[in-house]
Amino acid sequence: MTSATSQAALAVRVRGLSKQYQGKTAVDGIDLDIERGEVFALLGPNGAGKTTTVEILEGHRRRDGGAVSVLGVDPGRADRHWRARIGIVLQSDLAAGELTVREMITQFSAYYQGSRDPGEVIAAVGLTGQAGTRLRRLSGGQRRRVDVAIGIVGRPELLFLDEPTTGFDPQARRQFWELIAGLSRDGTTILLTTHYLDEAAALADRLAVLAGGRVVALGTPADLGRSDAKATVSWLGPDGPHSVSTDEPTRCVVRLAESTEGEIAGLSVTRPSLEDRYLELIAEADGRPLSQTGAGR
Amino acid sequence: MIATTEPTKYASNEPPAARLPGLPKLAAVRGIVELKLFFRQRESVVFTFALPIILLLLFGQIFHGQIGHTGVDFRQYFIAGIMASGLMSATFVNLGVSIALDRDDGTLTRLAGTPLPATAYFAGKAILAFVVCALEVAVLLAIGVLLLGLHLPASAERWFTLGWVLVLGAATCSLLGIAVSCLIKSSRSAVAVMNLPYLVLSFISGVYFVFSDLPHSLQQVAAIFPLKWICQGLRSAFLPNSLLVTEPAHSWQHGETALVLGAWLVASLVICIKMFSWRGRQSR
Repeated sequence: MTSATSQAALAVRVRGLSKQYQGKTAVDGIDLDIERGEVFALLGPNGAGKTTTVEILEGHRRRDGGAVSVLGVDPGRADRHWRARIGIVLQSDLAAGELTVREMITQFSAYYQGSRDPGEVIAAVGLTGQAGTRLRRLSGGQRRRVDVAIGIVGRPELLFLDEPTTGFDPQARRQFWELIAGLSRDGTTILLTTHYLDEAAALADRLAVLAGGRVVALGTPADLGRSDAKATVSWLGPDGPHSVSTDEPTRCVVRLAESTEGEIAGLSVTRPSLEDRYLELIAEADGRPLSQTGAGR
Repeated sequence: MIATTEPTKYASNEPPAARLPGLPKLAAVRGIVELKLFFRQRESVVFTFALPIILLLLFGQIFHGQIGHTGVDFRQYFIAGIMASGLMSATFVNLGVSIALDRDDGTLTRLAGTPLPATAYFAGKAILAFVVCALEVAVLLAIGVLLLGLHLPASAERWFTLGWVLVLGAATCSLLGIAVSCLIKSSRSAVAVMNLPYLVLSFISGVYFVFSDLPHSLQQVAAIFPLKWICQGLRSAFLPNSLLVTEPAHSWQHGETALVLGAWLVASLVICIKMFSWRGRQSR
């Protein structure tokens, strides 16, 4: 899909990215293409290399090897004009300070040319009621939303979100998802890392699963969820629960119906969810030598 | 999903925003933020201003009487030292500690992701340091004049001396504080790291004692560092020339003062430029 796209349309292009910490490999030859306007999710367990990868793309960390281009610029050599075009929402917590929400956002808006109106940004993250409250008095989730506001106030072309909804309650997450979808509709390219599969499925056009510093799967959420064709047929027989993994669930159900009087108790046909597939991928990456798990090239 | 909303306004070969806000505006924004953060920490404000005042009143009670046959009361001599010491505390110690705190709590990392230049961040810190210094000098002068019989500088020339010694001293100590903060790994050690040189220099630079009463070797050591020269410069603004007999060179040495402070200023600036990193050394 991306190979046919001209390079100019790419917001992020990564080839053979690698990074070691004191001899320990954190990122082990990652290739990524993220198109402009795309919402791209990096999924993976802790220590998979998500944050390291994102920090390198943000220009916050040096790489050991590989080629990286973000908005056409090498982040290792980027200047303030490049930083004006990206927005960053860090994983670490925003410090609880003595500035109010409005003062904080106004401050960051002053660093850019043509930034968004602070009041609108505060409204977009749902903090209008707390605009005059000092950061110290906000809850953790509210401070997280201030951080998101900081990330978007400069009207970035590319927004990095590193585990943005960790610690959110379900309602706050939904609101956050709507905010991200809105930014995407306005043309912002978004790269997010997350632990949550439902978040990736809800937001991302495409996603990459990282494990052991490598890309072990790449595609749309639907692709990944569907890539294992086997479905599971479960029912409750007279002798207890049964479960069959099959390529032909319809035939299986028909056979069951023929051999059963009336309704089949507890019948269900389930396809592997994105989560099942994800857990499978992670397990495979753990068990297999790393050299066989690359999916990028 | 993006097929219907091609991001036309972000055409890829569009030049990046050429005109970002300039340094004066950014420095002002940062300065206001620093001032708000400082003055909203009430405890820190109270203690910053109370310490030199308490020292001044305390030492004024313990030591008084003329220094030799100079006609100068020790309490007046001492005001210049407390003022210099307060200046170094407000600049060197406060900047070093606050930058280490900013590094620890993620403030620096957040600023590093924006187009804000590091110079604007430092300028904001310097604005805060200068405002605190100015207030401290004003308070100490008021107490000195009202309670301890200090005379305000008697001539325009002495006012001028007061001005340049304060400004050059504050600028030098600010940059030195920033330079030292580049070497600090965590805010937990920052207070100790910044206070050690500050306290040692305070004791050997003529803050708490008449400088010429110190052992000669300590005088030599102190003369390498800025604080001794700031103390001496402030004495030259407030105190009569009759005191010159107690000064080591029997002269106010304005040329040497400017030279030593200027050298530290330039050296600190070079260290700041070479050593400062938004992200600290662990991110390499």
